[in-house]
Amino acid sequence: MGEEVKLFRSWSSPFALRIVWALEIKGIEYEAVFEDLSNKSPLLLQYNPVHKKVPILVHNGRPIAESFVILEYIDETWKQVPLLPEDPYERAMARFWAKFCDDKVLTSIWSAFIKQGKEQEEALVAAAENLKFLEKEMKGKKFFGGERIGYVDIVLGWLANLVSIFEEIVGLKIVDERKFPLLYSWMQDFAEAPIIRDNCPPRDKMIVKFKALLDAAIASSSSSSK
Amino acid sequence: MADEIILLDLWASMLGMRVRVALAEKGLKYEYREQDLRNKSPLLLEMNPVHKKIPVLIHNGKPICESLIIVQYIDEVWYNKSPLLPSDPYQRAQARFWADYTDKLYELGKQLWLAKGEEQETAKKGFMECLKLLEGELGDKPYFGGENFGFLDVALVSFSCWFFAYESFGNFSVEAECPKLVAWSKRCMEKESVSSSLEDPLKIHGFVIMMRKELGVE
Repeated sequence: MGEEVKLFRSWSSPFALRIVWALEIKGIEYEAVFEDLSNKSPLLLQYNPVHKKVPILVHNGRPIAESFVILEYIDETWKQVPLLPEDPYERAMARFWAKFCDDKVLTSIWSAFIKQGKEQEEALVAAAENLKFLEKEMKGKKFFGGERIGYVDIVLGWLANLVSIFEEIVGLKIVDERKFPLLYSWMQDFAEAPIIRDNCPPRDKMIVKFKALLDAAIASSSSSSK
Repeated sequence: MADEIILLDLWASMLGMRVRVALAEKGLKYEYREQDLRNKSPLLLEMNPVHKKIPVLIHNGKPICESLIIVQYIDEVWYNKSPLLPSDPYQRAQARFWADYTDKLYELGKQLWLAKGEEQETAKKGFMECLKLLEGELGDKPYFGGENFGFLDVALVSFSCWFFAYESFGNFSVEAECPKLVAWSKRCMEKESVSSSLEDPLKIHGFVIMMRKELGVE
């Protein structure tokens, strides 16, 4: 069957990585198109004129953008190894937690990494509050999806590899094993799952990239008069 | 067994209205419970402990939060009446993409009546950009869903009763910039499910005046 699946991604985008994981978990053949986000290709701009971002999935020439939208599209198009639960209530819960992960967890942890002083302290407090909700949600489950990796695990997956990188760079504990034992062990289980482990950007390259981002943020905040 | 449906909502919330429209489209009976967000009820705090916000749909005792998630839930449970999302996965993806995009109007819209000066101008530009893009997406179709009122129509239509308030405080005209969108909103208002769920733009305007006073905006 002439299926053509292309994924526009960058080497480090955690949002694009979600799609890599979903495609790999479902065993879907695809071609990865690596973008240099500082020099976006005409094709990227054509396929995602609204946001001009990765990931973009192009299936038989038709583009889909926004990672949540792409994940649901993949799940509806390739039915093997379902990512979302079948029950409508469980699906609504999965969507709720995925949105929470991006809107609250990701933003607070990113702030805890990139900000300084009082803003960082406040971000750490917010992050801990948000993580508490996730910790509670993990009770009795190995993964958010249950026995195997599902939609919410894929959406939150960046936590498993990025958080230790952030912690190493800023020298702060963001996900304390003692405070969040279930989440901590989820992070280990997720990172060690073969498909995830084999599809993660190189750690040393990530450390260099995020350290550079932090240095730039510190430089711009100290040079601005506040 | 009869379904028990309760909606925790705030009359002026365009996000809550999305849910009211969806429930009306499906012909569902439910109990509406007005919430006081300055004095949150124990039920709201119990049903939405994470965000403590409305709307919250409680179906047979189980809560669902976040307006677009609620609308999708309603569409999936009561799938045999007035389907909101199309059946084709690619079209569903497009509807979800744009519905997600309409959420930007919420924050931008707030800045139109909360902010002043440059902040307000920036919000106005952003707001009109969004509306123009959405108007482009509508094209010459009667509804965003094509021949039928669908998910994206539900996501956007409730903002239309807020246009008058936005225009007054933001000092611009939606009709001047996006006439097709205004025509679309009038077409939607001809539907009982929409006209019975949206609020009077004058009342919304009054609500914004009250909110500005409360928040100390001159």
